[in-house]
Amino acid sequence: MAEDRNDWPLWEVFVRSRNGLAHRHVGSLHAVDGEMAVEMARDVYCRRAEGVSVWVARSADIVASDPARKDDMFEPMVSKIYRHPTFYEIPSEVKNI
Amino acid sequence: MYTQGLDQRPADGATKAGDDPAALAAFQARVDREEKIEPNDWMPQGYRRTLVRQISQHAHSEIVGMLPEGNWITRAPSLRRKMILLAKVQDEGGHGLYLYSAAETLGVPRAEMVDQLLAGKAKYSSIFNYPTLTWADIGAIGWLVDGAAIMNQVPLCRCSYGPYARAMIRICREESFHQRQGYELMLKLAQGTSEQKRMAQDALDRWWWPSLMMFGPSDRESIHSSQNMAWKIKRVSNDELRQKFVDATVPQGHYLGLTFPDPELRFDEASGHWTHGPIDWSEFNRILAGDGPCNRERMAARRKAHADGAWVREAAAAFAAKRARRQRAEAAE
Repeated sequence: MAEDRNDWPLWEVFVRSRNGLAHRHVGSLHAVDGEMAVEMARDVYCRRAEGVSVWVARSADIVASDPARKDDMFEPMVSKIYRHPTFYEIPSEVKNI
Repeated sequence: MYTQGLDQRPADGATKAGDDPAALAAFQARVDREEKIEPNDWMPQGYRRTLVRQISQHAHSEIVGMLPEGNWITRAPSLRRKMILLAKVQDEGGHGLYLYSAAETLGVPRAEMVDQLLAGKAKYSSIFNYPTLTWADIGAIGWLVDGAAIMNQVPLCRCSYGPYARAMIRICREESFHQRQGYELMLKLAQGTSEQKRMAQDALDRWWWPSLMMFGPSDRESIHSSQNMAWKIKRVSNDELRQKFVDATVPQGHYLGLTFPDPELRFDEASGHWTHGPIDWSEFNRILAGDGPCNRERMAARRKAHADGAWVREAAAAFAAKRARRQRAEAAE
């Protein structure tokens, strides 16, 4: 089983469930190349008409934020409550705003 | 289903060397707040080990679980039944793949897990070591085995580890078809000729007790459920799940006009539950130890399938390498 030590690369699979919706991550699979990954994504993740479009991307190519630095990364946005419409008080007589 | 083997191994304590107590406490607090744990988050070593073992055993069970049913695809009695069985067996393969992916997010390559299974070092559910002797067994597996799997898997949809919980949600959605097609098959047999009804009864007789064993040892024997409960990997105890299954299944069997192979089975008015006789745990332990009716046959079939597929894996890898070389050469021109 020597060849298995060198397993096919991992791909992340994204499926658009119907037109008008964004592609959504559904899981991953192993495939030798992109073409095979798309075909296998159909068999593994779309056996019940779950989608109308599939994207695959090599897992190794995905760059992610560091969960350990989550607080530094997202805190500055959390404290900026004036970015939300509810921060502003508008008299109730004023309509359509 | 198929998490029963977990209860057969010593506990992975939370406080093994290397885990910082403050980090452990913060982790437990997250779990207590019902936050999901995601792949790159810090987690205790024991949590990771327990999940790798449970998810990989679960994946192996799905893959080995294709064998008892695959045995009947070419002998299905009608085209309708053959299409249904093919779809079901394909689903089991898909479930194995979702679960291997979930386990891989914990840092273990799939090839390593497959090697462990083929080397006989990994466990899978005891239920797949029983033979499928007649067509009625296909009905009994869908109704009872998939029914028991659903009982066990629904709480796993709320497991604290995100990728496992998400895989379980997909799987539970699909298992419902498996159980219903099985019950419908049993119903057809139960309403058929006396010979067909006898087949249905025989299948129930053989699959009932093994299905109850699928929930794993009694809570009294299961030494380390508490850590897994605290980590919210396991959310409902073995005995509670088994009772839910018995309560749901017994009336379904009576509707079929069949009897359960348990003289002590009775409805207890006071508790509102069906109570059953003692389970033969020596049979369960024997099968988990590798000495069930089909353990050797199942492993031999998996090894053969893996070896027979080697040329396909090699050819695909060689083709991809050739194409990548050609693309690099064209890009260089």
